Amino acid sequence: MRLRLRGIEKSFGATRALSGVDLEARAGEVLALIGENGAGKSTLMKVISGAHAPDAGTMELDGQPFCPREPRQSSDAGVAMIYQELTLAPHLNAEENLVLGREPGRLGVINRPMRREQARKALEMVNHPHLPLDVPVRALSVAQQQIVEIARACASGARVVILDEPTSSLGRHDVQTLFSIIARLAERGVALIYISHFLEECRTVAKNYLVLRDGKSVGSGELSQINDAGIIRLMVGRDVTELYPRAERKLGEPLIELNGLSGKRGKPHNISFKVRRGEIFGIAGLIGSGRTEILRAVFGLNVATEGSVVVEGKPLALGAPGRSLAAGLGLLSENRKEEGLLLNRDLADNLTLSRLDVLAKGGFVSRTKQLAAARNLMERLDVRAKTPAQTVGTLSGGNQQKIAFGRLLHQEADVLLLDEPTRGIDVGAKAVLYRQMLDVAQAGRAVVMVSSYLPELLGMCDTIGVMCRGELVAVRPRVEWDEHSLLTAALSREVVDEKNN
Amino acid sequence: MSDKFNQRLPWLKRYPLLGPVFGLSFVLILFQCMVHFHRGMDFLTPDTVGLILTQTVVVATGTLGMTMIIVSGGIDLSAGSMVALTGVVAGVILRSGHSSWLAVLAAILVGAFAGLINGGIIARFNMMPFIVTLGSMGAGRGLAKWVADNQSVNYNFGITDGVNGLMNNPSILHAASSPQWWTSLGPNDQPNPMPTMTPDWLYNICAHFMPVAPGHPGELYMPLWMPPMGVLILLVLTVAMSIVLNRSVFGRHIFALGSNEDTARLCGLRTKTLKVVVYMLAGMFIGLAGVFDLARLRQGDPTVAIGLELDIIAAVVIGGASLNGGVGSIWGAIIGALTMTSLRSGTVQMGWPSYIQEIIIGVVIVLAVGVDKIRSRGLKG
Repeated sequence: MRLRLRGIEKSFGATRALSGVDLEARAGEVLALIGENGAGKSTLMKVISGAHAPDAGTMELDGQPFCPREPRQSSDAGVAMIYQELTLAPHLNAEENLVLGREPGRLGVINRPMRREQARKALEMVNHPHLPLDVPVRALSVAQQQIVEIARACASGARVVILDEPTSSLGRHDVQTLFSIIARLAERGVALIYISHFLEECRTVAKNYLVLRDGKSVGSGELSQINDAGIIRLMVGRDVTELYPRAERKLGEPLIELNGLSGKRGKPHNISFKVRRGEIFGIAGLIGSGRTEILRAVFGLNVATEGSVVVEGKPLALGAPGRSLAAGLGLLSENRKEEGLLLNRDLADNLTLSRLDVLAKGGFVSRTKQLAAARNLMERLDVRAKTPAQTVGTLSGGNQQKIAFGRLLHQEADVLLLDEPTRGIDVGAKAVLYRQMLDVAQAGRAVVMVSSYLPELLGMCDTIGVMCRGELVAVRPRVEWDEHSLLTAALSREVVDEKNN
Repeated sequence: MSDKFNQRLPWLKRYPLLGPVFGLSFVLILFQCMVHFHRGMDFLTPDTVGLILTQTVVVATGTLGMTMIIVSGGIDLSAGSMVALTGVVAGVILRSGHSSWLAVLAAILVGAFAGLINGGIIARFNMMPFIVTLGSMGAGRGLAKWVADNQSVNYNFGITDGVNGLMNNPSILHAASSPQWWTSLGPNDQPNPMPTMTPDWLYNICAHFMPVAPGHPGELYMPLWMPPMGVLILLVLTVAMSIVLNRSVFGRHIFALGSNEDTARLCGLRTKTLKVVVYMLAGMFIGLAGVFDLARLRQGDPTVAIGLELDIIAAVVIGGASLNGGVGSIWGAIIGALTMTSLRSGTVQMGWPSYIQEIIIGVVIVLAVGVDKIRSRGLKG
């Protein structure tokens, strides 16, 4: 047994984040750690990495008691964390990053040839010896940066590697690369803990699972012995009968129309489609294919170089979010933390910011009205919170996303432009958002949804368009698509290009 | 309406001003005790309090604008230079024989113009406020010296004449020598005249409430307990700005801008315009602070207020603002400014040398922010 946790407990003030977690990770095996957001996964990882000291319970590493008091001790003991957000120094090159903190040399003078050799060795361990070592890592792709990060963990002699949602910012191909690296690490006898929301990913990469709910371990075993429904039941403590709600809807007049919309650097290029009242329109495609850029150009956050947008028969003046908002558009950003929310402001401010004037008289906002509006939305979205006066940063990811979404409901947007609305959030929060999207569509408004998660697009949308290299290559009703054909369409151009090369 | 979501936040979160208020009370009580036991007199006397209020006015007026700027996610390092520049401009106008009102107006307009330049460059070219205002700090100081011809601007007004009356209540100046501070008369049993700049309507109001000095029938005078006009103006502006920042749509937009500029844009706010307006409005307060400083010194001097911007920023931060933007309070900043003046006043009364004062204030700034950090971390989980 490489890493063994028994009865780990941890409280913050009155909040019990962990109340009895048992975990066992064997050398050479991958353990999938599964749980809704807020189930305690992040706290557990912080306990293992030494960022938090547990209140009770024991930890053992290779049979030795293991109680790191700070992250440094944990990494010295051979426990490496790969976080969702990468922790490389962006201006340093891969070589410098790989040996950061362990530079070979004497008296503070770095031995450069030895550093290069160590860096090469590290990259060989993860099977990518040809990764460029001399360019600043910020110039590398996200996938390459992640490889550097994992290689750095290996180079430090990690015995346990913990990966927290490692695929959330990767394209399909890069996910495969990552999986092969994980398999290679397991072969080398490393114990891996793999955290992900995607059950199919867990099944591909891991042998065992551990499910957390409300800070407790509620089930563990071999993944081959349990089906998805069983895992979801463990995660939510109840049956999720129908994740994607359905209801009869009549599609009406076209509400928004894009005519040959193009952005800078061919992202997007010459996009035309219509979305009718009552319709949920999905946009599939690889990351970087220009999906996000369509939404941003329509909303006025990106420059549109050509083309036009018509909303309810009236041309929309592009390039000004304020005017798009007034025309009835609302955008949910894919980056909740960087762009979507005012993290240090309260829930009420976040929910009502885009339409304060309805709560104001003579330029002054009525706090009572603002709080009442916020409470209504919080109830509608089943937000887990104490009061609308708490800061949004205190909520879990899923509840934060509900708040960001709730803002579009408050502004009563006619066209909801949703960019990855459910990325990185738990099943319960997803169900709430799906329900709300459907309500919006049923009320005769329209939803445009960009997503990387194909089952979600197939489950929710009436029409799906696929983006490839900045162009909309196919728009068809949902019934004519399946996961295979969506993926083929998204990859189509790349396949052709590779043949040409 | 929902009756859910009615739980209470911890009391320090609900009343964030408690921290700065506690800090100020602590400082006042501490010095009261120390001055009492070591020097056998009281620190908290009406004239000390009046003096603290008067000495705080310039910094406090600056914080009204600076709080807005810091909450919006910016910073203004040029405040000190602009106080000097606007003061000198007002002084030159007074010297050439124009009215005090014109001088005040000119100072405020020059401040607004400086804010327009700062905010305009920051918004238009997307530049760091730190760099832009670092530049205008130098430029402003140079301009001030140029306008004043590199010497002080003397306009020879009496102590309560015109602009000077804003900051000088003779009763404050002489209160220490007058044992009966509560009586009506100043030194030599002479009534203190009302500042000549008092507008008619205010004069009439005062006439209603202020008794006539015995032996001086028909003369309106300032009671000894009344702080200078500047303090009263500051109080009114503080109330107004606090309401504007906390309750107006404009104010909420400033908080949103400072908390996350990208979100503000996403929510349709015109972030660039908003920035320019914030810096302009703050510039007007700086202009007013320049007038107060001029009135306090009774002459224009292009070399005053060096480093004043740091005092102002410190006051805003002691008052609970975050230099990352999105958090801050007008009243907190005023209390922060009062705390710093009280510390200065207390160390003077204790007879400590000024270097001790500088060390203490430095420590207090770091302590105030440090305590705030620990407090917010404790409540995060």
